[in-house]
Amino acid sequence: MRSALAFRCEGATTGTLRHVTDRPPPERVRVVLSDGRTPRPHVRTGASRELEEQTGVGDALVRGLVRAQLALALRLAVVVGIALGVLPLLFTVAPGLARVTVAGLALPWLLLGVLAYPLLLAVGWVHVRVAERNERDFAELVERS
Amino acid sequence: MTHSPYALPAVVLVSLVTVAIGAYGVRLARTTSDFLVASRSVSPRWNAAAIGGEYLSAASFLGVAGLVMKYGVDMLWYPVGFAAGYLALQLFVAAPLRRSGAFTIPDFTEARLGSRALRRLAAGFVVFIGWLYLVPQLQGAGLTLGTVTGAPYWVGALVVGAVVTANVASGGMRSITFVQAFQYWLKLTAISFPVAFLLLAWQHDGRPALGPPAEPAFARATTVRVETAVRVTVDTPTPVTVDGRPGVFREGVQDLRAGTRVTFPAGAAVPHVEGLAARAGPAWLAPGASGDMAGGHALFGVYSLILATFLGTMGLPHVLVRFYTNPDGAAARRTTLVVLGLLGAFYLFPTVYGALGRVYAPELLMTGRTDAVVLVLPGAAVGGMTGHVLGGLVAAGAFAAFLSTSSGLMVSVAGVLSTDVVGRGSVRDFRLAALVAGLVPLFLALRVSGLDVSQVVGLAFAVAASSFCPLLVLGIWWRGLTWVGAAAGLAAGGGSAVAAVLAAIAGPPLTGWPGALVAQPAAWTVPLAFAVMIAVSLATRDRVPEDVGRTMLRLHAPDALRMRVRPSA
Repeated sequence: MRSALAFRCEGATTGTLRHVTDRPPPERVRVVLSDGRTPRPHVRTGASRELEEQTGVGDALVRGLVRAQLALALRLAVVVGIALGVLPLLFTVAPGLARVTVAGLALPWLLLGVLAYPLLLAVGWVHVRVAERNERDFAELVERS
Repeated sequence: MTHSPYALPAVVLVSLVTVAIGAYGVRLARTTSDFLVASRSVSPRWNAAAIGGEYLSAASFLGVAGLVMKYGVDMLWYPVGFAAGYLALQLFVAAPLRRSGAFTIPDFTEARLGSRALRRLAAGFVVFIGWLYLVPQLQGAGLTLGTVTGAPYWVGALVVGAVVTANVASGGMRSITFVQAFQYWLKLTAISFPVAFLLLAWQHDGRPALGPPAEPAFARATTVRVETAVRVTVDTPTPVTVDGRPGVFREGVQDLRAGTRVTFPAGAAVPHVEGLAARAGPAWLAPGASGDMAGGHALFGVYSLILATFLGTMGLPHVLVRFYTNPDGAAARRTTLVVLGLLGAFYLFPTVYGALGRVYAPELLMTGRTDAVVLVLPGAAVGGMTGHVLGGLVAAGAFAAFLSTSSGLMVSVAGVLSTDVVGRGSVRDFRLAALVAGLVPLFLALRVSGLDVSQVVGLAFAVAASSFCPLLVLGIWWRGLTWVGAAAGLAAGGGSAVAAVLAAIAGPPLTGWPGALVAQPAAWTVPLAFAVMIAVSLATRDRVPEDVGRTMLRLHAPDALRMRVRPSA
């Protein structure tokens, strides 16, 4: 993990610099983004310190993140809840749907036996993407200020 | 019913490999943390396969196909719900719970709300749900070994109980992570590979209708051996041979003693177990059949089942303890997504067994042992050498299902017992607790053999959905939760669900609305639990933990920030 990161950073640095200027590339340095075993001593300033000390600003930041993540989860839950939850009612109100066949399969069997799973997977995929973006936004906000 | 000669060796082999991988893992497990959560160093891919392997239980491997065969399309809500439960887990619980850093649900409860009393209440629910879920696993093992080898019921239950108890007591979580990852792939292979042969056989036979207008019928002259005494309903008079003597099944009810052999001529309609409404083709193909399972209130039954399975997964103790083996919160979320894909792939297959079972093994509708359809179908539909080999494969997959789910349940029950009841969490306490965790459900499984595998599992989901789901969701997302509110909600919602379970299992048979409310309790116990938790928390607002802000930061701040926030303890 450590060496892979170092390698990629060196490659990127030299490549860009050579392209932009004619100066000799700067000396290679080992880049270590994070190392769990030896936490580097750092002075916390700005928002990250306010987070740790639970000041009003820090508290508002966390509340914003929690609200964003909860809104995302609830929205996606509603999507799945409506898409799947409406089916039993629909089959009761319109029993004729059970006789519709698609590719040789009756519609209820196709929906519940096959198509429900890609739907769940797609919603899960969207959640991972957006939840991680929310976290990146939060981290940038904290580190910038 | 013919026994595959490969079934017994396959079952023995799966058990031996399980023990062997477990023994390999023992050499790596040295500390309590190793035993409980594999030192949190399991990679996401292994972890996802292990979660899938642990989750696919007797209910998934055998029960779903059996229910589909009996009741039809409505039963597909079980596998859809089992999978959707992971989505709910991912949306609301996975990442924050991992960041909480707790080992078990009682740990999380105490860290979040700071109450020892609430911790003990949560521990009680973990043990109850764990045991409720373990009993049908052991029963499924008894049924499987009985079906494939003719061994008595208690042998299978005892074998699985003993193997798992010994394995968990000696290796703990580290070894079962590898065991379960291996078992996911075994289960997927065992259920998917024979499907190709089954569909080929069906094609070869001219694609006999899965839902013919009439009731299921014997395609050829068939001799059925009745394993346990059963009362069947006959709709059309049928000439039969009973124990070698010719006779006639007249319309109405027939009592068949255990050991009776009945031979039906080709084309005879299959009598069905009394109480199981006749599901002729159109009724079986169309939604609405689950009314049979919910006192005649089909729509209520379906929605209650949806609520229980969608929300129950996150409250199953053996599912949650797995999430602590992810390196961080984001990995926990991604792992859940992979699990969702693995489960979706698996659940495509049991439906095929249930549908083809009506064509090739209709006698199960008469003996009532539809849970065995996955096991007997390869032999019945494919036949010959190939059928025997496939029969051995599904038997191995079924055993993998019992072994892995029981291992996971036993680890979490033993973990809670060893930290909250009998000891203080040392390795020796854990081993002792594993013994207790295994012996109690084994005793119960040997005493009650008549429970329906899938229904009991469904009830376990209902209890989890009415207890831990509100506790986790409100604990993670709502600052206002107090320990008093949480305890009141657990007692009201979880308590009602437990009462419904006991009434459904041990009480008198109920019909109409009381029957529906008891058979599928989630629709009223889940809202009750949420409402009581919120209302009582609002009434005890002064007891909101002072450190709730720090806890929220810990649960939700991105892992990359490496917030130096101390645990509240």
